[in-house]
Amino acid sequence: MRKYFARALEDIARDDPRVVLLTADLGFGVLEGFARDFPDRFFNVGVAEANMAGLATGLAEAGYIPFMYSIATFAALRPYEQLRNGPGLHHFPARLVGVGGGFEYGTNGLTHAALEDYGVLRLQPAMQIVVPADDAQAANALHTTYDMPGPVYYRISKREGLHIPALGGRFHPDRAECILDGEDALILSIGAITDEALAAAELLHDEGIRPTVAVVSSLNPGPNEDLKALLTRFPVALTVEAHYASGGLGSVVAELIADNGMGCRLHRCGVSDAPDALSGSETYLNNRHGIDRTSIARTLRESPGL
Amino acid sequence: MSSKKINPASLRRIILEESKRAHVGHIASALSVTEIISVLYSDVLHIARPDDPERDRFVLSKGHAALALYAALTLKGFLTLEDLHSYCGDGSLLGVHPERDLVGVDFTTGSLGHGLSFAAGAALAARLDGSPRRTYALLSDAECNEGAVWEAAMFAAHHRLCNLTAVIDCNGQQALGKTADVLQMEPQTERWQSFGWRPIEVDGHDPVALQAAFADAVRGETPSVVLARTSAGKGVSFMEDKVEWHYLPMTDEQYASALNEVAADR
Repeated sequence: MRKYFARALEDIARDDPRVVLLTADLGFGVLEGFARDFPDRFFNVGVAEANMAGLATGLAEAGYIPFMYSIATFAALRPYEQLRNGPGLHHFPARLVGVGGGFEYGTNGLTHAALEDYGVLRLQPAMQIVVPADDAQAANALHTTYDMPGPVYYRISKREGLHIPALGGRFHPDRAECILDGEDALILSIGAITDEALAAAELLHDEGIRPTVAVVSSLNPGPNEDLKALLTRFPVALTVEAHYASGGLGSVVAELIADNGMGCRLHRCGVSDAPDALSGSETYLNNRHGIDRTSIARTLRESPGL
Repeated sequence: MSSKKINPASLRRIILEESKRAHVGHIASALSVTEIISVLYSDVLHIARPDDPERDRFVLSKGHAALALYAALTLKGFLTLEDLHSYCGDGSLLGVHPERDLVGVDFTTGSLGHGLSFAAGAALAARLDGSPRRTYALLSDAECNEGAVWEAAMFAAHHRLCNLTAVIDCNGQQALGKTADVLQMEPQTERWQSFGWRPIEVDGHDPVALQAAFADAVRGETPSVVLARTSAGKGVSFMEDKVEWHYLPMTDEQYASALNEVAADR
């Protein structure tokens, strides 16, 4: 997805001279095209995320649309106050691109596991969150949102070739996109782990449990009206995300249910334990922390509300 | 740029009056930068209108000296006296730290260590635009405790942002003590020089020397830093270099005494 996203950014930069790309010394194999085609608008700021966020603030004040690129944890957490006091408080159109959601950096360890990136960023009222589920949606989402007036955080998958046919690349910040129809339960998924959520739903369909699967790709604001309409239709909902179970989509949906006095029972499939130091692949770690297809299917199957 | 000169003593009087009326502190921090702000807004910053895209940018990175800025913006005619008198009132845009929503304020500040990065970004934007506009950032010496200041310093030097000037209000005082006792920042001159900046050391309460320093700062191919040697609370003898005046509001007696000293200085 990150290469697809970078190509889309190059296309946008060709037509819009306001686009500037900053990277905190990351993007090997991803950003070379932008650097080659737009050398005057590409800056490797060094391993200095806090300064990158401040630079973006100064650039945005003058009318530029600066993109900041790094690994998701470094992008979102190291310069958090700079993002808050800079693009956040100023309502400037700076864009933060965080690569590698959840355990996508696998064996690199917990410092590289983005488990709270969009959860903490969504607390900033001005910050639009965009978490695409596949490559085509990432490109579409970028084209749709890159010139929004306020700041945007893009959580971009490190995996390449992500393709969810039923999604058809659709993106609208106010829409939850249904990619599988069913009548027994609702699965709400966000980001690249949507392929696991869909696989879990297909496992359940084979067993005679038929959940609807809808993809949420934006938060703060998210597709609240679509979500409310969906939540009224099902007795049980399950959120799926490569993120701590607290703070992200699961919390957003819990808030919606509570705020609107809805009766839907909610299960949140996310990382709910404190991860230990054991190394492994993304597949291994997703399984260990209960966000792989088998765990997702089990959580819904065992729901007392079903 | 308006040709109207701003007298440092006028800034001091406003700082005292508004601090007393609002019963708030941070008085010494504002008094420390009165000559710097006065020279910047009288002789240095090119600001035809506060919304002119080609205006010079000013980042008050030590946001707790905002009252000195409000006073200058008022004397420049960008703010009204009514605006000024709303300082720290309910619903006012003039708080203890500056907000961008206020006319004449380019960047919201208040948390230390952010402003030099904002300024480096603004200077980079001017370069990308091919614009001659310049960017100035005023920091406190203790603010240089923040690591992010040095990230910005490295970036600006690496990219030779010669359209950027930083001013360090070297008053040697910070919230809980002397900078020399809390976290030694000297030798500032050598530190900035080693980071690739051109340091210009100056008496920060001498307007003529400050004018010369700012004129010198636009020369050269690297960013410049004016190391302004100042005293916190300058102009009010009982406040000068006293840690408590980072915080305290004035009593009636202190206010009368302070006003007398500032009036005598005019």
